[in-house]
Amino acid sequence: MSIIPVLLVISFLTFTFMRLAGGDPAEIKLTAQGTVVTSELIETVRDEMGLNDPFIKQYMDWLMDVLHGDLGVSYTTGIEVTAELKQHLPYTLMLTISSMLLTLIVSIPLGILAAVKRNKWEDHLIRGCSFMGNAIPGFFLALILLLIFSLKLKLLPILSESGIKSIILPTLTLSIAMSSKYIRQIRAVVIEELEKDYVKGLRARGVSEKVILYKNVLKNIMMTLMTITGLSIGSLIGGTAIVESIFVWPGIGKLVLTAISNRDYPVIQGYVLWMGCIFVVINLIVDLLYRVFDPRVRAQ
Amino acid sequence: MLEKRVTKHKTKYKRQNRDKLFLMLIVMILVMIGVISLMAPYIAWNDPYNIDLTNILQSPSKVFPFGTDALGRCVFSRVLYGAKNTIFSALIVVAITFTLGSLIGIVSGYVGGTLDHVVMRIVDIFLAFPGMVLAIAVAGILGGGLMNAMLAIIAIGWTKYTRIARSYVLEIKEETFIQAARLSGKGSFYIIMRHIIPNMLGYMIVTASLDIGTTMIEMSSLAFLGLSSPLPSPEWGAMMSEGKSMIQFAPWVILGPGVALVVVVILFNLLGDTIRDLLDEKQKRRAV
Repeated sequence: MSIIPVLLVISFLTFTFMRLAGGDPAEIKLTAQGTVVTSELIETVRDEMGLNDPFIKQYMDWLMDVLHGDLGVSYTTGIEVTAELKQHLPYTLMLTISSMLLTLIVSIPLGILAAVKRNKWEDHLIRGCSFMGNAIPGFFLALILLLIFSLKLKLLPILSESGIKSIILPTLTLSIAMSSKYIRQIRAVVIEELEKDYVKGLRARGVSEKVILYKNVLKNIMMTLMTITGLSIGSLIGGTAIVESIFVWPGIGKLVLTAISNRDYPVIQGYVLWMGCIFVVINLIVDLLYRVFDPRVRAQ
Repeated sequence: MLEKRVTKHKTKYKRQNRDKLFLMLIVMILVMIGVISLMAPYIAWNDPYNIDLTNILQSPSKVFPFGTDALGRCVFSRVLYGAKNTIFSALIVVAITFTLGSLIGIVSGYVGGTLDHVVMRIVDIFLAFPGMVLAIAVAGILGGGLMNAMLAIIAIGWTKYTRIARSYVLEIKEETFIQAARLSGKGSFYIIMRHIIPNMLGYMIVTASLDIGTTMIEMSSLAFLGLSSPLPSPEWGAMMSEGKSMIQFAPWVILGPGVALVVVVILFNLLGDTIRDLLDEKQKRRAV
């Protein structure tokens, strides 16, 4: 259980970073609120915010607040950071889940197909596509999809205001990038699996290829699939920031980008902490799932 | 039987020779692109900074091969000038993360004990965190600028090399030739420099070469978000960011730098893949 120290270090690092970043938080806060800044006013606000205390005390105070669920108040909107994150998180989660599902639906069959047809044209085609997908930056892909589907063909909405249809393009962008990585990995694992003795044994016994693939091999690559899924959900939640900002999808990625450009430190801090927590929880779930799916882990 | 083995050997060598030729070809193309990016001022016939309001958003033509942007600047010239920023900043970032990460990993793995434990916990923390989020946050907190963007990518990238280097060191450390060297009274520094590093350098270089493309994408993503070099100096990510609002009327403003970026990333990825294949073959031969 290394969760608590990990979160503690992350929180300390973000806090230190914010303080090192330069610029007086009191002044930034006042400017963000559009107040005329005077040196007296800054002094009062500094006192109010506890900026004149020793560094460690500031950190401890902040940490105590965080532990009570209080991440402070956004400099620009004046809304509580926790409330703001709560409001935007569902959108990001929705996008993450839909992209993850689409990725798995696309890449498991294609990865297996490429492995089975190793070095045939199907394999070359699939690998070629995944190679291309790996080389295209997410934001460029997003813009191209936007250009083709929304502007030229006028099939899909440009902005995210029009309901369910608006999730298609962001999902597609994220899934294409992720599938390219998944297909490669799944292909490699399946090839490795197909060379194992049990597959030879099944074949010798006359079990059909289809049954071998979907009953035995798929079950055995489950662990690898779970590991890469768990690892990539974290990077996916982070990776959504750029896609969200292009498609104006109101998730927390877009929220933090706006916060960064406004130097809205409490929001950035809250975001980093939340992301850390989400990532840690996901990894914990994956670890628990190992126990469910793999009897060997359970036995230990 | 023997005949079969001979032909198998022949095709293997053929493939290796083909790989070597391919590698040379890619390196040549990449060197050419590098030279072109450095020679941009002598090649581009339009001034990339020249604002010409009479030529706003012109579609591609003979004078402007990639068209012009919202300020009437030649996109082609800007792509040429921007190559230097985009490519070389990524190369520098990879060189630094490679050296720094590997060194930390080597020392950590070789010394072991408490130091290794602490280093690995730090690496875990970094791994437990989505890299791009951290990079965006670091770059955002430090404020824009190419240097800060590079720092942000370095800050998230070193752990990858540390982990790989450490695992190789742990493996090599157990070899008998290391024990022999130690028995003959060689010091740790000598052993690391003469025995450990030469034995792992190949793999580490493969990792680094596969990392160049990814780093370029990460750097240009930061630039796209406005967290890299200041606006007038051309950078591919930043150019696309400027062009995104005009995508409907002038897609060429985005396509120029975008396609350039994809092509260069593909070349670097091919370079990494080919080096890896060659090294794998060599390794297999040695094992036989």
